[in-house]
Amino acid sequence: MKRFMTCIECPQGCRLEIETDGARMISAAGEKCERGPAYAKQEIEAPMRTLTTSVLTRGLELKMLAVRSSKPIPKGKLLEAMDAVKRITVTVPVRAGDIVVSDLLGLGADLVACRTLTRL
Amino acid sequence: MAAALAARAAGVEDVLLLERDQHLGGILNQCIHTGFGLQHFKAELTGPEYAERFVGRVRQDKRIEVSLRSFAVRFTKDKVISCLMPGAFREVKARSVIFATGCRERTREMIPLPGSRPAGVYPAGLAQKMINMEGWLPGREAVIVGSGDIGLIMARRMALEGVKVKAVIEIQKTSRGLVRNVVQCLEDFGIPLYLQHRVARIHGRDRVNKVDVVKVDEELKDLPGPGFEIACDTVLVSVGLIPENELLEMAGAEIDRKTNTPVGAGVNFTSIPGVFACGNACKVYDLADWVTRDSELAGRQAAQYLAKTEPPRL
Repeated sequence: MKRFMTCIECPQGCRLEIETDGARMISAAGEKCERGPAYAKQEIEAPMRTLTTSVLTRGLELKMLAVRSSKPIPKGKLLEAMDAVKRITVTVPVRAGDIVVSDLLGLGADLVACRTLTRL
Repeated sequence: MAAALAARAAGVEDVLLLERDQHLGGILNQCIHTGFGLQHFKAELTGPEYAERFVGRVRQDKRIEVSLRSFAVRFTKDKVISCLMPGAFREVKARSVIFATGCRERTREMIPLPGSRPAGVYPAGLAQKMINMEGWLPGREAVIVGSGDIGLIMARRMALEGVKVKAVIEIQKTSRGLVRNVVQCLEDFGIPLYLQHRVARIHGRDRVNKVDVVKVDEELKDLPGPGFEIACDTVLVSVGLIPENELLEMAGAEIDRKTNTPVGAGVNFTSIPGVFACGNACKVYDLADWVTRDSELAGRQAAQYLAKTEPPRL
């Protein structure tokens, strides 16, 4: 079965032509780099996305702290992860890369701070 | 920051960095999505992470004086900048000046978007700041006008925050944003993109309550037929950016009226020798990485200009 998809790994957005048996990728063409086929395989078998959002702070120099998942999580878990993240308030100073929540929802990815925030 | 660092690396001894906000990094601070740095750092970073890599280097360099909460209000062609700071007014004479003033958003008033004038109509970048920096949701049910990258990214951002994003309406035949953003911001969340459609009217007395949408033809003229309505309490307008070059204009630099960008001999140049504009103030870029690349060039261009002009005698 042939299908097309746009690779979202970088801004080039290559149009990939994929051959699948429905659940698994057989071949991919159209990519400008090696990330294309890897993306296509992942996307067909288990699509993953990096979650980025911001969480409330208290007593820090900005009202919100930008956070991200340390690695991509299953696409279908994004909204569930958001529900968990919305309950968080960060009250201690952080540096970029600091873990805000470890092993978010048991998905193996940490929620990490994207910037440094000091006390107000 | 990239221009300041590159100017220093090219031998400029004394750099003053004026920033009107309380933090360095500009718009990157509110661009919390990933997609930055693939070219420059070979890593996929968020906006704040990308900015922080430069902040660290700028803060380490004692020859770069960072002046926050400093709003430049006047600029003259002999390169005197006046700026307002909390409780102070400062005038600085420079030998070379680089403007990295970015863009402002096109607003509802700048496109034909008739109807009433209720609350709930926001430029997409303002909504981004509200959600990502202030922690406010602009509404519960949104329609996005225009499919530029900021609009697409805000569609996803609001969907993640539980806002029902009902549609993105684009008058052209194709999205103005990157294809990857159409995929990961709209398709991932089942948000419909109506190409060759326009919002014909905004309804609502105190608050937006619906919009009328009509299909258009090749010449962007309305096709006959009733169109359809979408109930919503929020309209985000993502219809482009306008380079912010009023200070250059004040000094008499030539500005292209159509694009609001400086006219010069090449990228970053203005019509005033020794005065440069880089980043989105020079032209609207798709990628921050390209802004960095060209802004580093601006820093080197300023250094070159300084090297070939006489320093003032003290």
